[in-house]
Amino acid sequence: MRQTDLAIIGAGPAGLAAALEASRAGARVILLERDDWLGGQLVKQTHQFFGSKNEFAGMRGVDIATHFSEQIEKDENIQVFTGATALGFYEDGVLTAACAGRMIKIKPRTLLVASGAMEKMIPFENNDLPGVYGAGAVQTLMNVYGVAPGKKVLMVGAGNIGLIVSYQLIQAGIEVEAIIEGASHVGGYWVHASKIRRMGVPILTNHTILKARGQEKVEGALITRIDENWQPVPGEEREVSVDTVCLAVGLSPLAELLWQAGCEMEFSPQLGGYVPIRDSNLETTEEGIYIAGDVAGIEEATSAILEGQLAGISAARKMDYRIEEEKVEEIKANLETLRAGPVGEHIRQGLANVER
Amino acid sequence: MKDDVILCFCEDLTRDEIREAIKKGATSFDELKRLIRCGMGACQGKTCEENIQREIMTITGRKREELPLPRQRPPSVGIYLEDAARGDDDEK
Repeated sequence: MRQTDLAIIGAGPAGLAAALEASRAGARVILLERDDWLGGQLVKQTHQFFGSKNEFAGMRGVDIATHFSEQIEKDENIQVFTGATALGFYEDGVLTAACAGRMIKIKPRTLLVASGAMEKMIPFENNDLPGVYGAGAVQTLMNVYGVAPGKKVLMVGAGNIGLIVSYQLIQAGIEVEAIIEGASHVGGYWVHASKIRRMGVPILTNHTILKARGQEKVEGALITRIDENWQPVPGEEREVSVDTVCLAVGLSPLAELLWQAGCEMEFSPQLGGYVPIRDSNLETTEEGIYIAGDVAGIEEATSAILEGQLAGISAARKMDYRIEEEKVEEIKANLETLRAGPVGEHIRQGLANVER
Repeated sequence: MKDDVILCFCEDLTRDEIREAIKKGATSFDELKRLIRCGMGACQGKTCEENIQREIMTITGRKREELPLPRQRPPSVGIYLEDAARGDDDEK
């Protein structure tokens, strides 16, 4: 049995930031990552981040991942397991993970679940045809493996992921036929939407996909205008000729280990699904179990970094490591700034219902 | 009208098959799972859960927050028995 102060599941922005913060306070950390590299979704984010200088504004996601990884590799308090998938958390506080053909067992004093999220899928006819992808999968294919998913893409969803991935597809020389969005407005930032529009890609709001066309693979799609009740408007159907349908229709928190651990959970539409009840230091209702990043509620990488810092430092404090209280207040203030304004409204609403 | 849109990809279950099972009285994800195996494949329900819950909501009139998730048990992903049996290095 491996003993450690803090076990962290997931080495995305939240997990990486948490590991460094806990280690800085003196805690020994085991960091588990399912992929063979550190960084989570950061590694495929080729665009520059917004926000303040503290949280890497102006840096590309992939460079933030490298920046964190280099620090983690040098850090003697942090033991990293890549290619390691967390399997279970048991009543006696033992965490198991599958890693390199064996099942490892860890008994941590505290646990941080920073497992991220999973892409949502919407039902439509022929959605099992090859050529129907999640937007995250397309981004992985392009930016991690250098593989073009197709030649001509229909993007479903005009949130930030749909907009950014569309832009990256165009950068990779792939045509984006249109972005369709079920809601009456673009969900993502205007700066991304404007960039796409300037490149001549139509963004069709109040539109959805009815079916994918094709026998062996996607050869087209039938889209339609919908009314405010999401019902198709007769006579507003239209065929588009594409070989790829890319779904950017939201993310769900990957909370299975928190359910296993018995954490109290609450369904939050604003945060993307079932998320754990937590206190202001990101501790769940199970003592010593912390959360950070998308598993705590779907947001974005900058808030995941800040939440990771907060969870990491809070776990260290829990174990009586000496921390700077001002640092805790500073992180909380940064989070609040990030969530201020109209863009963060749904996050604030969601958090109000799950924070105790 | 026949509706063969696939909702559970791993187990290849269509909307019609899922609706039929709900109408038979399987009105929670766990009951459906025992009847028709939805959510028991490689993704362990992560892809289909929301869309299947929506079918339960439509037929039973219950709200999303009233519908429990399928029970979560370890292991959360498939694992080879030989890996489990091999255990950890430091147990030798």
